Amino acid sequence: MRLKPSSIILTKPMAAIDIQGLEKSYKTGFFGNKLKQGLKPLTLAVEDGEVFGCLGPNGAGKTTTLKLLLGLVFPSGGTARILGRELGDIEVKRFIGFLPEQPYFYDHLTPLELLDYYARLSGVDARERKHKVDAALARVGIRESRQTQLHKFSKGMLQRVGIAQAIVHDPKLVLLDEPMSGLDPIGRREIRDLVQELNEEGKTIFFSTHILSDAETLCDRVAVLHKGELKGVGVVEELLREVSGDIEVVWHGAQAIPALSALGAHCHATGDVVRALLPERSLEAALGALRQSQARLTSVTPVQATLEDYFLARIGEELPNEVKS
Amino acid sequence: MIGRLAAIAYNTFREAVRDRVLYNLILFALLIVGASVLFGQISLEINRIVLINLGLTAISLFGVVIAIFIGIGLVSKEIEKRTLYTVLAARPVRRWEFITGKFLGLVMTLTVNALLMSVGFFAAVMYVSHRLGRGDLQLVTAIYFILLQFVLITALALLFSTFSTPVFSSIFAFAIFAVGTFAEDLRGFSSMATGVTRWMMTGAAYLVPNFAALNVISQVAHDMVVEPKLILLNTAYVLVYTAAVLTAAVWIFERRNLK
Repeated sequence: MRLKPSSIILTKPMAAIDIQGLEKSYKTGFFGNKLKQGLKPLTLAVEDGEVFGCLGPNGAGKTTTLKLLLGLVFPSGGTARILGRELGDIEVKRFIGFLPEQPYFYDHLTPLELLDYYARLSGVDARERKHKVDAALARVGIRESRQTQLHKFSKGMLQRVGIAQAIVHDPKLVLLDEPMSGLDPIGRREIRDLVQELNEEGKTIFFSTHILSDAETLCDRVAVLHKGELKGVGVVEELLREVSGDIEVVWHGAQAIPALSALGAHCHATGDVVRALLPERSLEAALGALRQSQARLTSVTPVQATLEDYFLARIGEELPNEVKS
Repeated sequence: MIGRLAAIAYNTFREAVRDRVLYNLILFALLIVGASVLFGQISLEINRIVLINLGLTAISLFGVVIAIFIGIGLVSKEIEKRTLYTVLAARPVRRWEFITGKFLGLVMTLTVNALLMSVGFFAAVMYVSHRLGRGDLQLVTAIYFILLQFVLITALALLFSTFSTPVFSSIFAFAIFAVGTFAEDLRGFSSMATGVTRWMMTGAAYLVPNFAALNVISQVAHDMVVEPKLILLNTAYVLVYTAAVLTAAVWIFERRNLK
């Protein structure tokens, strides 16, 4: 059977977000005569149905990218399409959910009132509104506190309210700015599970974070931004392959340390037990040196690279202290 | 669109009420009750005049102060607290809808506040006059003009809120209210100047919102009739002026980067 051209187009996966050379400069200085580039021309595509992480230290341009996509700030150049619609098309916002970083809400409202307000603004039909609000509150586990005013909520509870308001209108695309920021390990775990659930329902998730372990757990693909510039983008496993290759060798016999150090190994001795990290290419020579020193080999293990390794390799010594693993 | 405007307006009203803005009514009630009891000792004619002057001036000033103090934060506070992000970023809300909704919400708050005060005010007038007559309809006109004042000052405070900090916005708003109260005098001064100065002064005098024309408190206190023509002119003036100010507010806000 021959397919019509239109059918062929439909089968091609559409990018949920298609960014083409998007950039942002801000005027600074007393007279506004200096330009600071918040985001250098960025070209990026987030495919429909994927979990995409935007990584970078504070000031990398992650939030600027989100604000540009959401029309809160206006681009200095470039363009973008969200769910197939041009940037600035207000109607597309019916299908977008957004959690800002460290969200503040109208704290005179209760979660019930707040979500009802947002659902109204999103154009949720009056007949469905109560059901959707209840479902969103139940989903983030704050149904019991739905009548409590938000100024009495802890940071973790507010983050849950933030997630609830981002999904109350059942969006196709959910944008989360630092969703794990300030949460305890249990809270982070819950948000991670929720993100996975939303993705399993077919929603596209785009989130920014500087917590690399979260990105590694959740993301299909990531982009690394630093100082407003894209440093790398790709599938997590492929990116890790670029920086992996180290081998961990453990043996008994501290006399072998000088020979291994000469091969570029980083050795750490605890009593007579020595643990060393060395590049894969030096493995044969290292094993030879251990034999010659009559050391007793315990284990040889390939080291699994992490996103942190990739991150460090990409932005190296420019990395500020606040980047966490 | 109407649904979104109504939702934003109602949320603004609800926020003001829950922020205990209406507590000013207690102060107003104490003032009016105190004044009625005190003036009850004086002769009937004077106590009525003083009570009307005091009551209507209090309704006006309480409202203007609320309009300015809430109005200057309508946009800037939302940006500072980032509550605006969840409204404008991921809801199909246009920026002009946000500005207009906030404006309507504050006007609604001020109207409810003024109407509640008016109930107390009329009760006090009835207490000192022992009756309410047809002539007292003039008092309703004065209250209507006070509401028009609120509409105008709310629009101005909102305009300042779109580009300035709350401190500067409040200074601008109070300054423009004070200058506008003497708008008629400004127009008089400008007619005395000559040449370019006269042009410039006349322009400035007519640019300033004419709050003086909206103040008929003294007139109604002395049972003088407010011409229907003035009601029409004032209504049209406030509508046109407010529309211009709100258009400017929207124009600025539409172009603003919400960093």
